[in-house]
Amino acid sequence: MSPAVSEEPLERRAVISGIGQSDVGRRLGRSDIDLTVEAAERAIADAGLSRDDIDGLATYPGMGTGTPGFAGPTTPELQDALGLSLNWHDGGGEGPAQMRAVIVAALAVAAGLARHVLVYRTVSEGSAQGTGGRQGIGGSGGGGGGGVPRFGSFMQWSLPFGAVSAANWLAMVAQRRMHEFGLTRQQLGAIPVNNRANAALNPKAIYRDPMSLSDYLAARMITTPLCLFDCDAPCDGSTSVIVSHRDVAPDLDHPAVHINAVGTALRGRPSWDQFDDMTSMAARDAAASMWERTELRPSDVDTAQLYDGFSILTVVWLEALGFCGRGESGPYIEGGSAIARDGVLPLNTAGGQLSGGRLHGFGLIHEACVQLRGEGGPRQVVRPGGRPVEVAAVGNGGGPIAGSMLLTRGVR
Amino acid sequence: MRPMVANGPSLRLLPRLSDDVAFYWTSGADGVLRLLRCNSCGLFIHPPGPVCPRCLSHDVGPQEVSGRGHVETFTVNYQQWIPGSDPYIIAWVSIDEQPDVRLTTNLVDVEPDDVYIGQPVRVVFEQSDDVWLPLFTPVGPDAPQGAPS
Repeated sequence: MSPAVSEEPLERRAVISGIGQSDVGRRLGRSDIDLTVEAAERAIADAGLSRDDIDGLATYPGMGTGTPGFAGPTTPELQDALGLSLNWHDGGGEGPAQMRAVIVAALAVAAGLARHVLVYRTVSEGSAQGTGGRQGIGGSGGGGGGGVPRFGSFMQWSLPFGAVSAANWLAMVAQRRMHEFGLTRQQLGAIPVNNRANAALNPKAIYRDPMSLSDYLAARMITTPLCLFDCDAPCDGSTSVIVSHRDVAPDLDHPAVHINAVGTALRGRPSWDQFDDMTSMAARDAAASMWERTELRPSDVDTAQLYDGFSILTVVWLEALGFCGRGESGPYIEGGSAIARDGVLPLNTAGGQLSGGRLHGFGLIHEACVQLRGEGGPRQVVRPGGRPVEVAAVGNGGGPIAGSMLLTRGVR
Repeated sequence: MRPMVANGPSLRLLPRLSDDVAFYWTSGADGVLRLLRCNSCGLFIHPPGPVCPRCLSHDVGPQEVSGRGHVETFTVNYQQWIPGSDPYIIAWVSIDEQPDVRLTTNLVDVEPDDVYIGQPVRVVFEQSDDVWLPLFTPVGPDAPQGAPS
């Protein structure tokens, strides 16, 4: 059942008026609040605003969530650091993936609760994980007795079996796709190889050395069929966007990025192992609800920035958003020409998270804005006939967690 | 010869036996798998909850199932999330009584090359402290239908 969308979707009253990103690196040795302030100041200046103009604040995922380096500063921390006086504020981890913070900010602006919302996402997982590589949950202990912690909530259904990471759960999605649709590792490898090629043109990307399909196929397995290069790169960095009322658009010294439609649905079960379709999950629902809110079609999209915490998620998003038919993403991406910067659907043009770094959804939102504003420099996409990028699609999240957005250059 | 894969991680991270799930995690004490079921409409409810999500009846309780299922998908884990682990097989197994119920589990006493999607499996329990973990192993080709092989 879909809600009625008879009037103009309210998110269209909002624009992204400014963007800013801190330094990004594997281990920067800086605090997460320091990185966040750097990104925030850059975004505020980019929007042509001053600190005193910011009257809203939002982040994902908010307080006390996840493994070390995952959550970033809370909104109270950033409010206090910048001396902000706020009309509206929100931090939370439940909702349509990481971009939920942008979506609620747009709705707050549309509702008149705030005029300029600073939205940010900060990670310091590179530093937090040190040189020991990615950590599991409870990896330093476990077992049954002796005061070792036990697990409740949803993790109790997977941890006892060593299904510790989303890598394990998504490996099973990938295996199922290989079974149902004939997806091959050679096809899947086109995602990380394409991202690496794009990352070479992004000075902030974590991994910029050339990578071939042979390199990909030779990498060590993490959890079959996913290898090292199917998994994104933990990093340190902060990304901010300013969400403002659309009436500021004429005053900007760059094209405003309009929010055309958001996708927020979760119609299947909110569960990794119980979701009805093991090959798509929540991306299917988020994408469907987004297209219900717009006259634009997949063929109107000039670039897609699709979540790649794991390569298989990008494959899922390509189908969910209708860039190819269900089950057809393998042949679509094979060889990489369709998703290259000069292809029919330039994909993850800053290197995504696989090579650009795990900026957790917000790096993709940032790059969509860069491309729509024509500020990509050597990696800027130019469409056939010299046409600029006018429509960008962004997908965030994986498994039972998904949100999507259509962003446009000017009003569509 | 040493098996290529282990039957699970080097350490079992265990669930809390809270009131709503203790029946499930201890069900294997008598060798039988039990799932929560709605006594009104018959839906198996997993993970367990206080109400049937289909008919909204609150009359729900544990019920024995055959322990038979099928491999829906699987992965061989190599990463040392839990240090000291040999590779092990994780799977989503559907329950024959209601295939939209899937259990995340380990496939045991089988090598990866012999696992396939659609493979029939049966439950075996591994006791760890006061928890009986439901694991699954392939049903032999000569096994009589409906009986343990």
